[in-house]
Amino acid sequence: MVGVVRYFRDIALGLYTLMVGMAVTFRNMFQPAVTLQYPHEHLEMTPRFRGPVELIRDQETGQPHCVVCMMCQKACPTGCIDVDGEKPAGAKRKVPTRFILNFTTCSLCGLCVESCKFDALRHSRVYNQASTRKEDFIMDLLHLKENGGAS
Amino acid sequence: MTELLSTEPIRMLVFLVGIVMFVAFNAAYLTLLERKASSWFQRRLGPMEVGPHGLLQPIADGIKLAGKQIIIPDGVDRVLFILSPVMVSVPVIMNLSTIPFSETIEARNVNLGLLMILSFASFNVMGVMFGGWASRNKYSVISAARVVAQNVAYEIPMFLIAISLVVVTHTFDLRETVLLQSGGFWNWNLFKLGVSPLMPVACLLFFVCLLAETNRSPFDMMEAESELIAGAITEYSGMGFGLFFISEYANIVVGSCLVTILFLGGWNCPFGLYPGLHWFFVKMYGIIFVVIWVRWSFPRIQFYGLLNLSWKILIPVSLAHLLLTCVMVKLW
Amino acid sequence: MSLDATTIQGETFVVNLGPQHPATHGVLRVKLTLDGEYIMNAEPVIGYSHRMHEKMAENRTYPQYFANIGRIDYVGAMIYNFGYASAVERLAGIQVPERAEYIRVITSELNRIASHLLWFGPFIIDLGGLTPLLYAFDDREAILNLLESVAGARLTFSYFRFGGVCNDIDEDFMAGCRAFIPRMRERLTLYRRLVTENVIFRKRVEGIGIIPPEICRTYGATGPVLRGSGIRYDVRKNEPYSIYPLLDFDIPAFAECDSMARYRVRMEEMNQSLRIVEQALDRLPSGPVMAEKVPRVLKPPKGDCYFNVEGARGSFGIRIVSDGTDTPYRLKLRTPCFANLSLFGEVSRGMLLADSLALLGSLDLCIPDVDR
Repeated sequence: MVGVVRYFRDIALGLYTLMVGMAVTFRNMFQPAVTLQYPHEHLEMTPRFRGPVELIRDQETGQPHCVVCMMCQKACPTGCIDVDGEKPAGAKRKVPTRFILNFTTCSLCGLCVESCKFDALRHSRVYNQASTRKEDFIMDLLHLKENGGAS
Repeated sequence: MTELLSTEPIRMLVFLVGIVMFVAFNAAYLTLLERKASSWFQRRLGPMEVGPHGLLQPIADGIKLAGKQIIIPDGVDRVLFILSPVMVSVPVIMNLSTIPFSETIEARNVNLGLLMILSFASFNVMGVMFGGWASRNKYSVISAARVVAQNVAYEIPMFLIAISLVVVTHTFDLRETVLLQSGGFWNWNLFKLGVSPLMPVACLLFFVCLLAETNRSPFDMMEAESELIAGAITEYSGMGFGLFFISEYANIVVGSCLVTILFLGGWNCPFGLYPGLHWFFVKMYGIIFVVIWVRWSFPRIQFYGLLNLSWKILIPVSLAHLLLTCVMVKLW
Repeated sequence: MSLDATTIQGETFVVNLGPQHPATHGVLRVKLTLDGEYIMNAEPVIGYSHRMHEKMAENRTYPQYFANIGRIDYVGAMIYNFGYASAVERLAGIQVPERAEYIRVITSELNRIASHLLWFGPFIIDLGGLTPLLYAFDDREAILNLLESVAGARLTFSYFRFGGVCNDIDEDFMAGCRAFIPRMRERLTLYRRLVTENVIFRKRVEGIGIIPPEICRTYGATGPVLRGSGIRYDVRKNEPYSIYPLLDFDIPAFAECDSMARYRVRMEEMNQSLRIVEQALDRLPSGPVMAEKVPRVLKPPKGDCYFNVEGARGSFGIRIVSDGTDTPYRLKLRTPCFANLSLFGEVSRGMLLADSLALLGSLDLCIPDVDR
């Protein structure tokens, strides 16, 4: 007799849990969607978001602060920064002539930004880079605005 | 000469074309409804790109499926391979010809309508079995065998409940069944507790059998459980695959129509005011929504659990319901 | 439902599960010998994701290796950062300021919750329920937004440095954490109603995949796999590190040894992590977040050291052998998933195929963690 009672009780309890589960999904039906329609909607990144690095330029002259000390190149674990510079005649410090960031091997660890003592590098907040060509990700940081690149 | 011009064949032809269009439209837009409903439950936005709010998505899907090459693998049983999708989709269209959508809209009034629908519904099993067997793929055969076991196990409670309803309504004719439920909602078979106190339980059981017969979650062994094996319809591509899916959604439509007619009063209004086609559609799409709702709420049942449920729970309860109904009808 | 695996009935056939498979959560290949549906023999084949992290360590300086350590178990990367930073600090004798310790614990525990949520979604998908994944990812989004505002990344954090953390947390982060805690508690009740008490789910996981405690001990399984077999061992309590001795939390363990026990361990662990975050936020002291006088080029003295942390999947150990230069001589990673996976071959004998997939899901494997 106990077996029969337990049989019906199990069925009833099982059915009740199913109804509870369905109520949960039903209630969620009336709540707004939490997703973002990418790429139609634009998202603002937080200030500390680590996008690909970019050169900080001086406000008036537009020249980058970089003095080609090579600390970022040494600090990078994968060797994706390639810097070259020269000292023009009459100037006090070196000026970069070539600053290539190979974003295909960059791991966004932030060691280059931390190792720079001249306030020349920072993380940009670019997040939606998508391209069909690998060349778009070999970033020439000195001429970023001109080549239009992958930003 | 006058027989050729009589209105009956023309009327039937018009209805047949109408039904095929109805099935095609439903199958296409039910895929969209399923995707949209799943996105509402999951708090996201479903298809939005094709057409406003994704309304043209089924058309894009249809064009894609129709444009695929129909590959018939080497060494399969050609006759069965090509016959199988046909065998799965044609009986469904025939089923819809006996369903009364309203008092006047019915393709062909068969006075054994319920029996005809139930017998054609079992063709589905044979179609899937042929498809699995003809695919020359041992995993398809295993999967098809599972589908057969599942469908056979769940046809029995479905038939038992249909029989107990026939005992109540004294007729197999679907139109008569609905006419007997006219009036307010207290006349619906669902609420005829005076005749059979277990009627809501019977409705629930019939609904569960509907889910299992159409291979819908939580009973979707054929579609999704075979994570390792791809299922009975793996070798089908393009329109063959499309036909299987059209037939699945059409089966859901037929099943919901059956639930509406048998338990919920067909085209009758809940308060007896303006009966008609619109009430039928409201109820039918309501049941379809519940089918979709159940799919997205629960995980899948294990195969032995599914057979246990049928043989140990559904069949005893439906037998008890049949016995109770017969006793009550005899005494009162 | 299981078959005595010693009697081979009928003929068996060999089938490959993976390496590309929706149910194996990564590139894992399992060679199965099946008799119908029952598994006679299961042999995991690993190495598809081997990236030689231990060799790379010999060619990277200590700070440069932070980029690597986050990618081993990418889901619980903050905790692995914790292990590596603490190992090197122990070797080099660097003291971490108190505020940095608290920040480390807060972010690690948030990462643990995110990792368990990421396990929860695919586990239920393996069983056929497609909706709880989206709810879990909604919660995960809240955590990842918080962590992004301090660490700058959402998955592979390189947030820790030797001597502390690289950025300080601000008021917005603390307010966000405090708002998150009651929200997560409410969501845990939602998961209980939708999944844990569901009769279909219970029938799929109760009594399935029994791992007896002796097998856990033999194969060295740790983490929720061990605690789901009744052994209450957690590195945070048994070999405490950082400020965990000052915080008040429980270690859940259930003795049923089945997949349901492991599931319940993880759900309860999320609750306990919320408790830890709450207490740590209340007690957060002010002060610096970085130790002073940490040399830029770190050359720890000769010697070796082993440090053990409780990762999201089990006990993560890291052993560093230093020869006095700025790159390690040898760096050995003891990852929890390797040990947890190795017991699959023995436990899955005689199980149905679908049940073995439920077992694999409940082990919470991250295949790159197995292969390193």
